Amino acid sequence: MLEARDITFGYGNGPLVLQGFDLQVAPGERVALAAPSGFGKSTACRLLAGYERPASGQVLVDGRPLPRKGACPVQLIQQHPELAVDPRRRMEATLREAGKVQPELMERFGIRREWMSRFPHELSGGELQRFCIVRALAANPRYLVADEISTMLDAVTQAQIWHALVDECGARGTGMVLVTHSPALTQRIATRVVNLG
Amino acid sequence: MDGEQHHHHSHAATSAHPGHHHLLTVEDLSVSFRMYDEDAPYFSAKQREVAVIENLSVSVHVGEIVAVVGASGSGKTLLADSIMGLFEPNALVSGRMWFDGEEMDAEGLARLRGHGISLVPQSVQNLDPLMKVGRQVEGFGARHGAAEAKAARERLFARYGLGPEVADMFPFQLSGGMARRVLLCCALADEPRLIVADEPTPGLDLPLAVRAMDDFRAFADDGGGVLLITHDIELALRVADRIAVFKDGTVVEETAVANFASPELLRSEFARELWHALPEHGFEAPVAQDDTAMHVGVGEQFTCSPTPRVAFKDEGRDEC
Repeated sequence: MLEARDITFGYGNGPLVLQGFDLQVAPGERVALAAPSGFGKSTACRLLAGYERPASGQVLVDGRPLPRKGACPVQLIQQHPELAVDPRRRMEATLREAGKVQPELMERFGIRREWMSRFPHELSGGELQRFCIVRALAANPRYLVADEISTMLDAVTQAQIWHALVDECGARGTGMVLVTHSPALTQRIATRVVNLG
Repeated sequence: MDGEQHHHHSHAATSAHPGHHHLLTVEDLSVSFRMYDEDAPYFSAKQREVAVIENLSVSVHVGEIVAVVGASGSGKTLLADSIMGLFEPNALVSGRMWFDGEEMDAEGLARLRGHGISLVPQSVQNLDPLMKVGRQVEGFGARHGAAEAKAARERLFARYGLGPEVADMFPFQLSGGMARRVLLCCALADEPRLIVADEPTPGLDLPLAVRAMDDFRAFADDGGGVLLITHDIELALRVADRIAVFKDGTVVEETAVANFASPELLRSEFARELWHALPEHGFEAPVAQDDTAMHVGVGEQFTCSPTPRVAFKDEGRDEC
């Protein structure tokens, strides 16, 4: 079980972005967070994946706080893949951040071999996002947080990637938190919707 | 060349031609990149040219929104960059472009940037990370003076639900949706004739995205033109007059918006696939079919086994 308990958070000395945020996600569940733009959905995602530490409250996986060392059991796939990769590293090295990556996994997400030697700016947003997804999965997370991961994809690629991701997470029993602005996509993917707004 | 007729610009038989003159015409645009052979050993790798956009023609009339929809990685952003005269150092660009009846070269396009043609860029990275966003929207050397620029910025911010405190923020303090709105405000503040919007709506919730689309519609109705590059077909259908379906670096179908009501009215395979893949319709992920999918030579994939579901349908920037 992935749990967020009564989380309060604000960036620096700024105003509080989240107050009293609670969430529970069971393995195999796909929970959609729904709220208007600027509400703090991405911030909630970053907190769940340990990118930010809450000012108060806790993020727990199976009752234990997120580890400070090693691969986080909650992996985040970000909204802007170009900001989630090191611009001075080739994709091969970027992928290696997650350790050994199975070729089958790359193939399932349509990563082509010739992309491996490229730099991020030589790939499209959709191509980069595949790397980010595979990198997150290769870390063998218990939970995956998908923050608007398909907004930069065309409909065909969006369907392909989501099918692959749902299958993969289903097979592994990985729980998922997702954010999307598309009601139709939410309906397709989510097993439960949590309204923040 | 390939038996195709090359008009001044191409239309689908059904597409609207309101009788106005062309605001933007792009004809036979080709973009390729010089890069080193990725398969060759490091020191002996030869340079080769990789074509990304080939013989693309598209036009925007006054008062019109033309949506370019298509596969990610098919070169949509490069089309926007080409119109803005923004080229990577290793890009080879050829073709002809007219803006408002005048033939353009690279210098002409650079002159028009922000003074006639405005870009809503795809990446939120296009904001200056070290400048407060209010200043970025207001711009420098404004046509009507700083006070007027500030007032215009305030109007735009209010319209897009950005509070006055946002003007004093830096880009890193904005959420994804807020940054999008700031980019949109930047373009509208320039008072352009033509807006090239490259994926302007990801991260915006539906009401905001619809408002952005309505603003494009109003902008076009006032005598502007919009080239809306997007993958969000539903949204494009809401406001656009014509849809150009883009695949593998060229326009495979240019059709009236009404034809997207049903897949039978769409001529190209890819347009039908897009229709069926929409979450609202089938959410189908097609398995690769030989004719359209396999532009890649055997051996360029990890294995040669037929890929299940995730097919190589949206080939990247290196079609050969």
